[in-house]
Parts: sequence; C-alpha cells; structure tokens
Amino acid sequence: MPRLDIVDLKAAYGATPVLDGITLHVGSGEILGLIGPSGSGKSTILRVLVGLLKPASGVVRLDGATIDYASARDVRQMRDRFAIVFQQYNLFQNMTVLDNTTIAPIRIKKRLRADVEEEARRLLSMVGLGDKLAAYPDELSGGQQQRVAIARALALKPEILLLDEITAALDPELVSEVLDAIRVLARDGMTMLIVSHEMGFIREVASKVAFMAGGKVVEIGTPKQIFDAPQEVRTREFVSKILRH
Amino acid sequence: MWDRVFSELPAFFGYYNMLFLTKAALATICLSAIGSVTGLISGFGLALVRLTRARWLAPARWLALLLTELFRRVPFLVTLMLVFFISQLSGLDLPLFVVALIAVFLIASAYLAEIIRSGLESVHKNQWDAATAMNFSLFETVRYVIVPQAWRVILPPAFGFFVLFIKDTALASQIGVIELTFAGKVLNNKGFPAALVFGTLLLIYFLISYPLTRFGTHLEARLAKTRHR
Repeated sequence: MPRLDIVDLKAAYGATPVLDGITLHVGSGEILGLIGPSGSGKSTILRVLVGLLKPASGVVRLDGATIDYASARDVRQMRDRFAIVFQQYNLFQNMTVLDNTTIAPIRIKKRLRADVEEEARRLLSMVGLGDKLAAYPDELSGGQQQRVAIARALALKPEILLLDEITAALDPELVSEVLDAIRVLARDGMTMLIVSHEMGFIREVASKVAFMAGGKVVEIGTPKQIFDAPQEVRTREFVSKILRH
Repeated sequence: MWDRVFSELPAFFGYYNMLFLTKAALATICLSAIGSVTGLISGFGLALVRLTRARWLAPARWLALLLTELFRRVPFLVTLMLVFFISQLSGLDLPLFVVALIAVFLIASAYLAEIIRSGLESVHKNQWDAATAMNFSLFETVRYVIVPQAWRVILPPAFGFFVLFIKDTALASQIGVIELTFAGKVLNNKGFPAALVFGTLLLIYFLISYPLTRFGTHLEARLAKTRHR
C-alpha cells in the first residue's frame, strides 16, 4: 500500500525557482487535488515526482523510504510504481492504440505479451475504446487520445497515478468522457495526485485539496474546507474567482 | 564537331577504354557507397552520443561535437590532403584508395551525424517525457519511439547528401585515385573529343545516382509512413 510523503521540496527551471518548499502527504487510497493559478508549481510537483525534473532539495519518501533522485536505480524503482498522464496526452505517434498501451509492460517490464494484451484490451474497453485498438493517435479526437493515455498509464499497474491537467487541452464537450474514466478509478480506491482546473470534479473526487500559489502550498484541507470555508485570503480570492464563472 | 564525335565513336567505345571506365566507375561507386554506409553508422553513433546526458560521457559528447563541426567546416579537398599527408608522414604509406576511403568516411560521418541529429531532435519533447516516465532507457526510447518518427525527417536530406557525395568523390582524383572524373580527363588528354568523353561521364554519373534517388523515394514511402501529426 503506497504512502507518499513530500517534505520541503524545492525545484527550479534553470535560475527560475518553481517549487519553494512543498510539504504534502498522500496516504494509500487518498486522492489529492492540486489547485491554484497558472505557474504556481502544481504540474512541476508531478514532473519532479517522476524524475523529469531533478529536485534542488527536499525529501520524497515512498512508503517511508527516501527516493534518491541522483541514483538511477532509485529512480527506476520509483518509476515502476508511479504512472503519469500528461496534459498533451504524449501518446507515441508511431504506434497504434494497442501498441501504445502494451509497449512499456512488454518491452520494459518484460511481462508476457499475451497477458499484457489481454489486460490492455480490458482497460481500453473500460475507457470506451475497445473498437479503436488498431487506430493511430492522429486518427483519434483529443478526448479519445487522453483516454488511451489513461489506459496506457493503468497498464503499468501503478500504485500511484499522477494526472497533470488531463482535461486542459480538451474541447469542453470532451472533458466529461475523460473525467468519467477517472471517476471509475476513484471508486476503485486508486491513489492519485490530480492537478486540475476542473473545480467541480476535484470537489467531487478528491479526499484532500491543496491550494498552491508561488511555488508554495498556501492551504490544505478537505474539499469542503477549501471550497466553502477557505482560511487564507489568497485561497478565498482564487476560489471565489473560479466559482463565479 | 559532331562529325568528329561520330568518327571517334568506335575507337572510344573500344574494349580497353570501356574496361578503364568501368574500373573508374567502380571506384566512384565504392568510394560513395562505402563512405555513405560507414558514415551512416558512425554518424548515427555520433548523433546518439550527443543525446546522452550522463556527466561521465561529457568528454565523448565534446569529441562528437568537435568531429562533427570540424569535418563539416573543412573543405573535402583539405580533409583529403590531411589524411594523405598524415599517411605519408607517419610512414604508414596507405594505398591511395584507402586514403580516399578514410577521407570520405570522415566527411560522410560528420554530415550524416548532423542530418541524423536534427532528425532525432525534430521528434516532440513530450515523446521523450512519456518514454522516460515509463522507465525507457535512452536507447529504448531512441529505438522504439524516436527513430521510427525521425526517419521521415532524416531520409530526404540523407539521400540528397548521398547524391551530392557521389559527385564529391571526384575530388579523390586530386591525390591520384582513378575514379570517373579522373578517367575522363585521361581519355580527354588521349585526344578523344571532350563532348564525347564528358557526355559519357554525365551518363554514367546519372546511371549511378538515379537508382539511388529512386531507392530513397522507395524507402521514404516504406519507412516514413509512420503517422505523425
């Protein structure tokens, strides 16, 4: 059962600091929603967690064991337990839907092709794409591509799923089909970190919400606390602005 | 002029001239083919080295950058002379054809490395992110994700380079390698009309490069059908 602790995490893009001492705890089966204005560092947390950006300082612990991001072995082991879904889907353009979903389990995790393909077919049907196995990403709509990306992440059998603004690049009418797929996972008790601007959705599925601004966690609490009774001025301003439209 | 060309035809297309031209054509083909194939392999290696990030590989990256930039900037003829004199002065005294081979290898490596590198870099960064986050190593990412998408960008300029390269190997004549252009000069000096000699050369160069261009188009159609937005 995964437990993720992030303590005083700092990171920068070159000389620009983006994370300024983040502390967050996510327990098994919990869903943490990360909200906040653009540039507040929400997505950066996820990028640091999967090792796409090296942290400058701070500690990340998975089940109590500290991940050393300078150690290739630690990073490999950590990536084995996380899966991330990106805002731009990042599907491999040269592969079919089925190959996108199966390549990492087969080639990298060295699982049996037959098992992996069976599992992939099940996941792709679950996200409503059972009839698109042979399609290439550029033949699909954004919403369909994002659902493939979700199936691809799940095929890795992650313990923790990271969702990086997965509906931000979608046309409004495609948002719900993607969120529905995530609702199923939430019901099944998947541990997730969700960066999103879909406040209604965060409020509905998250067990905890962290409001971020300027690379810091400003306030953290239950969805009810954050959306209905925010304590900090900045949270109140953000929430009222968001909920007004 | 034309009556002279016609009157010389039987003598020009005599057995020994044809043998001479065939050998010269083979030299041109060998120089370009071996140069292109070895250059393609080492160019790929150089491009890959430059994609690495590990600190301990920094000297290799530096060397790859140096080789690529150096031999792309130095004229072919200078590289050829350089290899020639190194071979002479070092006492190795390599056969002229080998000297020419080394020179074409160096040039082709440098040019193809740059063509391949720009192809690999044309693939969107988000493809790297996805592969990296799923624990693909550098080589797994390149093999499964990047190269299949980079072919379409690499192939057209690579085949353009191959065709240019066939003609550039004519410079090997400067150190005395008997390839097509050199053979043409010899026959011209023997008194055959220039129009006849160089007209024939033109035809042979075309016969060598045209199938190559066709092959390139064929490969593009086959390998580069990778879908890409």
